[in-house]
Amino acid sequence: MFKKESKTGAVTNKKSGLSDTNALLVITLVIFVLMYTGAITILGGQFTKWQTFFNILNGNAYLIILACGMSIVMICGGIDISLGGLTGLVTVACAVYLDEKGGSILVSVGIAICIGLAFGIVQGFLVAYLDIQPFIVSLAGMFFARGLAHIIRSAPFNVASETFNSLKETRIYISFLGSVNKKGVFVPAYIEIGVIIAICVAALMFMMMKWTRLGRNFYAVGGNRHSALMLGINVKRTKFLSHIICSLLGGLGAYVYFLHIGSGSGSNASGAEMDAIASSIIGGVMLTGGVGNIMGTFFGVLSLATIKSIVSAAGFNDPWWTNITVAIMLCFFLVIQSVVMARKKKAAKK
Amino acid sequence: MNNEKKVFSLSGLLHHQLFIPVTALVLLAVFNLIMDPSFFSIQMGLNSEGNHILQGYLITILDYGSELAILAIGMTLVTAASGGQDISVGATVAIAGSVILRLLCGASAREPELQMPIILAFLIAVAVSMVFGAFNGTLVAVFRIQPMVATLIMYTAGRSIAAWINHNQLPIVTDKSYSLFGTIIPGIPIPTPFFIAALCVTAIMLVLRFSTLGLYVQSVGINEKAAKLNGINPVAVKILTFVILGMCVAVVGLIKTSRLCTINYSVIAKDIEMDAILAVALGGNALSGGKFNMWASVLGAYAIQFLTTTLYKYQVSSDALPAYKAVVVILLVIFSAPSVREKMAAISQRREARKNAGKEAA
Amino acid sequence: MRDNTVLEMTGIDKIFPGVKALQNVDFSLNKGEIHALMGENGAGKSTLIKVLTGVYEKDGGHIYLAGQEKEVQIKSPQDAQNLGISTVYQEITLCPNLTVAENMFIGRTEGVIQKWGWMNKRTNEILKSLDIPASATQQLDTCSLAIQQMIAIARAVDMDCRVLILDEPTSSLDEHEVEKLFKLMRDLKAKGVGIIFVTHFLDQVYEVCDRITVLRDGRLVGAYDIAELPRVKLVAKMLGKEMDDMADLKGDAVSFTAQENSVPVYEAQGLCSNAGIKPFDFHISKGEVNGFTGLLGSGRSESVRAIFGADHVTGGKVKMKGKEVKIHEPIDAMKNGIAYLSEDRKGDGIIADLSVRENIILASQVLKGPLKPYSKSEQIRIAKEYIDLLSIKTASTETPIGSLSGGNQQKVILARWLLTHPEYLILDEPTRGIDIGTKVDIQKLVLKLAGEGMSVTFISSEIDEMLRTCSRLVVMRDGKKVGEIQGEDLNQESIMKTIAGGEEE
Repeated sequence: MFKKESKTGAVTNKKSGLSDTNALLVITLVIFVLMYTGAITILGGQFTKWQTFFNILNGNAYLIILACGMSIVMICGGIDISLGGLTGLVTVACAVYLDEKGGSILVSVGIAICIGLAFGIVQGFLVAYLDIQPFIVSLAGMFFARGLAHIIRSAPFNVASETFNSLKETRIYISFLGSVNKKGVFVPAYIEIGVIIAICVAALMFMMMKWTRLGRNFYAVGGNRHSALMLGINVKRTKFLSHIICSLLGGLGAYVYFLHIGSGSGSNASGAEMDAIASSIIGGVMLTGGVGNIMGTFFGVLSLATIKSIVSAAGFNDPWWTNITVAIMLCFFLVIQSVVMARKKKAAKK
Repeated sequence: MNNEKKVFSLSGLLHHQLFIPVTALVLLAVFNLIMDPSFFSIQMGLNSEGNHILQGYLITILDYGSELAILAIGMTLVTAASGGQDISVGATVAIAGSVILRLLCGASAREPELQMPIILAFLIAVAVSMVFGAFNGTLVAVFRIQPMVATLIMYTAGRSIAAWINHNQLPIVTDKSYSLFGTIIPGIPIPTPFFIAALCVTAIMLVLRFSTLGLYVQSVGINEKAAKLNGINPVAVKILTFVILGMCVAVVGLIKTSRLCTINYSVIAKDIEMDAILAVALGGNALSGGKFNMWASVLGAYAIQFLTTTLYKYQVSSDALPAYKAVVVILLVIFSAPSVREKMAAISQRREARKNAGKEAA
Repeated sequence: MRDNTVLEMTGIDKIFPGVKALQNVDFSLNKGEIHALMGENGAGKSTLIKVLTGVYEKDGGHIYLAGQEKEVQIKSPQDAQNLGISTVYQEITLCPNLTVAENMFIGRTEGVIQKWGWMNKRTNEILKSLDIPASATQQLDTCSLAIQQMIAIARAVDMDCRVLILDEPTSSLDEHEVEKLFKLMRDLKAKGVGIIFVTHFLDQVYEVCDRITVLRDGRLVGAYDIAELPRVKLVAKMLGKEMDDMADLKGDAVSFTAQENSVPVYEAQGLCSNAGIKPFDFHISKGEVNGFTGLLGSGRSESVRAIFGADHVTGGKVKMKGKEVKIHEPIDAMKNGIAYLSEDRKGDGIIADLSVRENIILASQVLKGPLKPYSKSEQIRIAKEYIDLLSIKTASTETPIGSLSGGNQQKVILARWLLTHPEYLILDEPTRGIDIGTKVDIQKLVLKLAGEGMSVTFISSEIDEMLRTCSRLVVMRDGKKVGEIQGEDLNQESIMKTIAGGEEE
């Protein structure tokens, strides 16, 4: 649809309609708003409270960061399914460090970032310079991370460090938003530190993708690798950097997850890579690369989280429903993308 | 001209596809022989039922390697035809197992009597697995989604679907006859899964021998356009490979649930997709599709199990295993990457050129 | 170098394993000139361009550019760009998902920050000055292909290029769009840019070009002013025939008369496909050999692909021996006794990693059905039979076909189709890129098969071969069937006139 409109626009030399990226962003926004208003009108109850919305943010702050990284790799034409495993590994490493070595918070953040960087370098090198399928590489990365986490510490355990726990419990109250509880007392809504970090990261990545040369090179490489090469872009280095950024964000996101959950376990955040991919795709990132928007990804995460809470609020409390819903949504969006791409190809042929 | 082939040559041996899995097996065997020769001891023991059974690491390898060998059959075909792998096999094994138990134990999950003949329950599970295979295959062949991304959907949802089928209850089969498939048949001291695997391998070999499946799958995997011009329908062939993998998955589901007579949705066949992919790669089959050798994959499966059992012997926990295997995968993939191969070929060519130059100089 | 020369290439050699792609080729380009580079497939046009743009490194010869004292070394596309040599390829090498402005500037700006404001402003200025109807902020793939192509040219021009190479830029454009492109080319020419124009449309060459350089088989045939070289002569030079010795060749044409009242083996009415050919009628009788001819890109291959159902057939009626049949997929054609040896041997023909044996039995096996495989011994017997019959040089039946030489690969594919015992055999460029001995073998075989009653369509870019084998030629131009030549008229001169077209109109 968009395609047709803008084509006539081109002929008459007017400013064209929406680009692919923006069109998909609008769809995501509409879906999110519809879903949330739907939840409020049909289910009502808790969805009218601000805290419900903030809880979605609190619980998914890490996912926003991971999904940003995933989106960047996907926009550049790759994929990284090691993010969930990486998160598990980081929580274990940081927890062990804080508990047994009594280390400082700052250094533990450094550890998280360094683990991310190491993954980024190895995976990026294999994908970009040795031309190995990103899926196989990151599949191995995922298994490696989970295995290593269990080697370090096999049983999950909570962090006892006081400074850490006080940081974990830090809440930022928003005094003008909140709800009145049963006793009639006004309770202000709150968010956790992780949310602030996540929003900052999302904003930063949004700006990078939009206003830096590197960001635009990601789009170029994902859009058409061969053309990008002919246009004078260092394709290999660009791919490498996309993996570095993704894994770095993976390390940071893992720390935010750690801060939220407060325990170390190799099986933490299982399926996070899946949620990150699903959020990106719902947020309008094309699996084939070149199209997507960090803002879309942000709302993709929120849509995904909202649908999960809707599913459980609607009485489907059994744990399997969330996974099945995510899979159905993913399947739905994947097929839509595939059909859109096939149409486009046909149109291009004509 | 044919005589040339019969002449024994070292380079010919090195290039034979079976060389890789056989070498892996030999290396592992030698390693164990040096570290602890008792690895190879086999004793006759009694199981809890009082039946004679052979015990020892080698028997474990034979036992659990058989599950992998069955999956490797399907995975080899999928890899060859579509140049990608199915990462949902673990999850769909859970579904197949869950279906069988649901049918045998009934809605209450605790019926003392079998609700239907085992064979019927199994056949229904096969049908269900084939449907899920066809679903994956359709996403890959019709919608042209990369195989691993397409199967990511079932990878996520599979275990949840399995739990949902049994309403998250843990059905237990009390009938003794069900445990035959995963343990032993009284009187025969060798684990049943080995015979099931032998049956499956025989079946696929017969299919490859008496149909054109192998030719079609390889043609589609190597040159899809040419295959189409020769009248082959690539979409149908690709979906078919996924359906065959579905059948293999159902068989493994039967063995896995039969071992315990129950199911743990989140643990059953965990990480088995990794092992199955490894088996194919270790069999020397290109993960990017094309030519395949079924025997090599089957041997590869047993080699992987050999590695797993060896690691277990040295007290590596099951949760930590993936880390070691991931390293093996990465090494295998690096050495089979086209860019690396080209570089190595260039190096060896240069060396040969130098050698020849040296000879001429002499 | 003369004063008005902008580029001079002398004695360029390029050798690929086993093939001399370019031998001692000279080429020169003047300032403010549009210079056509012509030649049939394998003539070396694209190799020459790639040497010039740094994709390939030359094995011998020199390249001089105006303003550079010494000869220049071009090792990468980047080098070429820096020297002011810009290239626009047939496939648009821009990123469809980015905006027009980004495509103009990506890969050639400095700094970390993308300066959208400056970029958009500058792009709009350029677009305006070149009269390209597009806006800087629109996404590239919302522009028509012609405009995309012109944006690629605008990018090239903005890089202060002195030499602009246009490698078949018009193949996906319609007439109106081509006109726009030509206007742009003329404007650039007026500004003193030297343009190398590669195309296979003769009309276009005579519309915009000043000079023509013709290559054949990797060698220079000559450089001519456009006025000196009428169309027929150009075609003759491209195909390697001088007008003078054409007259001598008359008379050796093959004649064929179908039996009276016989029904054609194959008959099509209004056949067309989505590959860009206009509806055409065609028929062939038992034992007849005919050919499709026309220059590269004229639709000769697309026509036979439509007959075989290899492209998506969009219309037309097909009859086999008088009975109407539906051919949508290759398998339909095969079941009706049609066999098709495709033009692109590597891409569409061989299954490279499979053995000679498997490649030979493939099509026949598919026809037999999936549940009736040839036994291994039968396969070997058949393979050996055909290896002897066509004298295929291979170490054994189990050698991977990819390791054979081109000619032997072609024979294996031919064996594959002969094994299906077709009534109607289509051979699309079976002699391309193979040695002369094999070429002759294949031509002899075609005549022998026709003698045995098989109908054959034989396509070749070498008219000699067609004349030696075909009794009737269908001539294609720009996707249309423009003529059918047989009997008395079947000679080089009339064929070339029909191919070239234009002049008598």
